[in-house]
Amino acid sequence: MKLFNNADVVIALILLVAMVFIGLVNPAFWQLSNIFSLLKSNVVIGLMALGVLLVMISGGIDVSFTAFAVAGMYLVVRSMVALDYDGVILPFLCATAIGGLLGLMNAGIIHKFNMIPLIVTLGTASVVRGLVLGLVGTSNVNINQMPDALIAFGRTDIATLERANGTTYGLTAMIAIYVAAALCMHLVLTRTMIGRSVYAYGADPEAAKRVGFKTGRTMIFVYCTAGALAGFAGLLHSSMIWLANPRDFVGLELDVIAAVVLGGASIFGGRGTVLGTVLGVFILVMIQNSLILMGIDTTWQRVVVGAMLLAAVTVTALRDRRALV
Amino acid sequence: MSQSGTVENDGVGRLLLRSSGNTNVQLGVICLLILAVMTALRPDMFLSSYNFESMAFFMPELGILSVAMMIAMLTGGIDLSIIGVANLAGITAGTLFGYLAGEAGAGSLGAGAVILGVGVGLIVGALAGLLNGLLISRLRITPILATLGTGQVFIGLCLVLTGGPAIVGFPAGWTWLGNGKIAAIPVPLVLFAVLCVALSLLLSRTSFGLRLKLIGTNPKASLFAGIERGRMIVWSYILTGGLAAMAGILLSARTNAAKSDYGASYLLQAVLIAVLGGTNPAGGKGNVLGVALAVISLTLLSSGFQMMRVSNHLIDFVWGAFLIAVIALNSLRGRKGR
Repeated sequence: MKLFNNADVVIALILLVAMVFIGLVNPAFWQLSNIFSLLKSNVVIGLMALGVLLVMISGGIDVSFTAFAVAGMYLVVRSMVALDYDGVILPFLCATAIGGLLGLMNAGIIHKFNMIPLIVTLGTASVVRGLVLGLVGTSNVNINQMPDALIAFGRTDIATLERANGTTYGLTAMIAIYVAAALCMHLVLTRTMIGRSVYAYGADPEAAKRVGFKTGRTMIFVYCTAGALAGFAGLLHSSMIWLANPRDFVGLELDVIAAVVLGGASIFGGRGTVLGTVLGVFILVMIQNSLILMGIDTTWQRVVVGAMLLAAVTVTALRDRRALV
Repeated sequence: MSQSGTVENDGVGRLLLRSSGNTNVQLGVICLLILAVMTALRPDMFLSSYNFESMAFFMPELGILSVAMMIAMLTGGIDLSIIGVANLAGITAGTLFGYLAGEAGAGSLGAGAVILGVGVGLIVGALAGLLNGLLISRLRITPILATLGTGQVFIGLCLVLTGGPAIVGFPAGWTWLGNGKIAAIPVPLVLFAVLCVALSLLLSRTSFGLRLKLIGTNPKASLFAGIERGRMIVWSYILTGGLAAMAGILLSARTNAAKSDYGASYLLQAVLIAVLGGTNPAGGKGNVLGVALAVISLTLLSSGFQMMRVSNHLIDFVWGAFLIAVIALNSLRGRKGR
């Protein structure tokens, strides 16, 4: 089993070139505090991207995971406030479970009615967001109401360093969770039967069925895992920014999909690696965060992200080019 | 579908049986049902002319966007960039007016400038559609990803042009497009009706429409039939882009403002209405009348909900649930038909 395949090497090279370039434009990029903050911005998008990667390998696309993240985060934080509960493990389990259950809904509809995932997930996203905002509430849970344990958890650092002027900065411990999740996903995708069935289903659903894979089970695994990761990432996000905003993550799904495509996954399914996705997320976050360092006006950010997505899909489309007949 | 079960002399029964296969008749019945229920719940408010007039002003934007989505779906594609295109058209025109009028303020501009603005807006839409079409047909990028990316770029360009806040203050002639009336009928509604008739003829009575549907029905067969697939797809996305720009022009004309994130919720609704109107997202099936009926019934529905003071978020929930229910029903019916 090779750890690196060719596509991943190309992505890593692009990343290196981009880093060198940004570093030349503004040497402040290489300051440890900037690198640490970049890594921190990777965590939430990266966790969601792992779920989207799974969906894309299976040949689908998911635009509902941000709504699931909001549901996991907001329901859990609001109930913690209401019940006056302070803890870490149980809330995260609940958020993950909420995301997983909502993912089960996606899997059920897509598999049962054999319907295009994009349209199903557009629908479920609207359903979930509408219910959360309409029934649970629209107000933020601010830092003064946020459960203390969550805040304390979110600000845990692995390493703390001191700047020349005495202020401190650190590398967030959440990065360890992200790395662990990525490693697990890599092992599941490459070493287990269910992981291989995702690739098989994405490459050709009919063939996967005839070989004997239970495709219904594969779909449930794919969409539940994607939902669970989103629910977990949602709560993690709120514990890192000390705020639970039910209108959060709007439009983030495009960034995450862009990152996964940048990482070399194919929308036709059957292709994609965890390492590529992790690198893709890093490239996207780095370029978004470095526009200011490079002196580019922030209004250009959407254009840059869109252009990057187009460039990435063009490259993958040329690679995956297949004849119509 | 078995036709043999009911050999009755009853003409009404036969009519019902025959019509149950026709989506458009079903939609018409749904329309009337919603109208009846809403009237029963809120007779004094729902049936007021004010209510119908306000619906007639804001429905055409959504209707045109839905028709645009339907045309993209005919070839088996989808256009997720329509909202970006719509806003870009409105904002380009607004920027142009600001540039033309200078210090005097855009309100002083005459009819010539308005016509120029409409032309520029439509050209922007067509160019955006051309870009989508070329990406999809020449580079063979999946429509979902291509239009997702271009949509980002278009919204980004809107932000660059406006710097964030809304452009306000359009010429009087421009706002007439969104708020005026021709013989007591709102201008947007007239435009929508004209567009519907024209597009309906284009899709059902010309070889262009037939070829578009064939590409969606069976790409391989269309290739063997000698249809230039690439060129047809480019034209269909140009048409989609132009229609989206038209919707953007109406939106900015009605609100007298243009902003990068106006109408963001229209995207899902346009997909929903196109699917509800009998369009097959996998391609090959779709008609303008169905989409028009679907947009009317959903406008009635959401207006009724608003009158009963249901929160906007719950209306979003209803839209999403409706979409899923419709595809589930279509799928079950399709299975029975086979």
